[in-house]
Amino acid sequence: MTFIPTFIGVTLISFSFIRALPGDPIQVMAGERGISDERYAELAAQFGYDRPIYVQFWDYLTGVLQGDLGNSFVTKRPVWDEFFALFPATLELSICAMIFAVVLGLPAGVVAAVNRGKFADRALMSTALIGYSMPIFWWALLLIIVFSGNLQWTPVSGRINLIYYFPNPTGFMLIDSITSGQKGAFLSAVRHLILPTIVLGTIPLAVIARQTRSAMLEVLGEDYIRTARAKGMSPSRINGVHALRNALIPVITVIGLSVGTLLAGAILTETIFSWPGIGKWMVDSIFRRDYPVVQGGLLLIAVMVMIVNLTVDMLYGVINPKIRKR
Amino acid sequence: MTDINQTPDLHARPGRLSEFWFYFRENRGAVIGLWIFAIFAFLAFFGPWVAPHDATAQYRDVTLQPPVWQEGGSWTHILGTDPLGRDMLSRLIVGARYSFFVGVVVVSIAATGGIIIGLIAGFAPKWLDSIIMRIMDIVLAFPSLLLALVLVAILGPSLTNAMIAIAIVLQPHYVRLTRASVMSERQKDYVTSARVAGSGVVRMMFVTVLPNCLAPIIVQAALSFSTAILDAAALGFLGMGAQPPTPEWGTMLAEAREFILRAWWVVTFPGIAILVTVLAINLMGDGLRDALDPKLKRS
Repeated sequence: MTFIPTFIGVTLISFSFIRALPGDPIQVMAGERGISDERYAELAAQFGYDRPIYVQFWDYLTGVLQGDLGNSFVTKRPVWDEFFALFPATLELSICAMIFAVVLGLPAGVVAAVNRGKFADRALMSTALIGYSMPIFWWALLLIIVFSGNLQWTPVSGRINLIYYFPNPTGFMLIDSITSGQKGAFLSAVRHLILPTIVLGTIPLAVIARQTRSAMLEVLGEDYIRTARAKGMSPSRINGVHALRNALIPVITVIGLSVGTLLAGAILTETIFSWPGIGKWMVDSIFRRDYPVVQGGLLLIAVMVMIVNLTVDMLYGVINPKIRKR
Repeated sequence: MTDINQTPDLHARPGRLSEFWFYFRENRGAVIGLWIFAIFAFLAFFGPWVAPHDATAQYRDVTLQPPVWQEGGSWTHILGTDPLGRDMLSRLIVGARYSFFVGVVVVSIAATGGIIIGLIAGFAPKWLDSIIMRIMDIVLAFPSLLLALVLVAILGPSLTNAMIAIAIVLQPHYVRLTRASVMSERQKDYVTSARVAGSGVVRMMFVTVLPNCLAPIIVQAALSFSTAILDAAALGFLGMGAQPPTPEWGTMLAEAREFILRAWWVVTFPGIAILVTVLAINLMGDGLRDALDPKLKRS
């Protein structure tokens, strides 16, 4: 229920930010040639900048609800189309980063909790804390130095080698490169994806490992675990099935909350690896003062984060029957 | 009556502090973190006097000199020089003050604002509380770095504006935390008795309730100190924070980016500086949490 006022607020903020940006949008569009007064007035009328601010906001809001976010000043294409053309690239990268983080983070947390206080626990948690403190833009540069520079294993930028060209129906390079049937295309896509995935997944990985450990520790102290142990159940079954299942609830919250972190991380990761996704698109647009893009991009990203948070809230009920009853 | 009540109270004060230190000291990582943080703070204050060279002096005949242990290095420039021939070690030492300053200013602004708004939300009638919390939800819906980036674009790229932007972005966490603790404290008997004794709302907010809500806020302050340093460095790296030739660590990394494959040291050292500082603060934060949070203390 709180979704609607938050949505209006988010729209208002992204709308007013752009009005507060320095520089007149029409002057920016005109560039260095300058613009005559008549043409200025004509353009102002065309874009609606001569009307009162609340009318502009109302127009923007109703436009947003119909999927109209205006056109980019630079490419003249609708912001909506640009966003969804680039979004699969970010989604592909984020999904891979999340898989990387969960696949390594969950077992690491479980192993640390089971071996609490021992060497494995301390080694894993120290590593997790280093990962958590990592400036990821520097981490990316380090990986480039080692794997792209010294070892020459991975390329430095882009999504796929330029010698491959095929239509991109799904937008996911991994899927499209397989369906294209071109030899080596899939491998090239994977090699381009590895470093950005590691960089983007590092902080979620550390957070998931830490959260899994503390959730597991809490659950392992419960009576039903002692019962299971008393029944003679094997430790791997207790830890892997009985305990982990209940420990997953806080972990899923953290995974959900990581979506915002992922998008923020995508800004840095995509900029460094020239990954053509929405993070790089936003940064470029901010530097180019492409107002409609910044405005629309901010809004769409915020709405996405809100939808994910809402989904996480609803998932709770599915995983945890205690919450469902209430 | 007064005697009985006051005597243990006088002993409780120093007792609490030494109890805190007892638990904090048990955590070896936290103590190491504290030491590193102390060195960091020392360099932040006395950096220019400790540094072997002037951080902005350009030694044009020794540009991109490698560190001392590599072939071609010299003891004059222990960690080597950057593309303009500036001494890396001196720049790193002097750079400590920018990160320290960012942390202190951001945490002060965000915590002060957040605590006050959170207290108001906790004590306010329901409608005002809902309005405040909705506004915080709105701010939290934007990824923090993106919001900070747009804010800096509006205000103009500089370290001051980066700090303001990061403080605004971090504020909602303090509001939520303060409000949540106020909500649970308000139910307790001592608050009711303070109200019955006739204390006003402002006194109840700041004198009665706030001291009992401080533990989680202090932990949050330590954690957001490191977030602030990371975000400011990220903004500097994107060209939206401190501007060259300021020896801010993130800005140094951005300047060094094109040399990554030729001169590893110009890229590696600023990053290590950021990582070690942030790691030390996070270690300290973990220790603070364990020492201050009674629920986790015995687990």
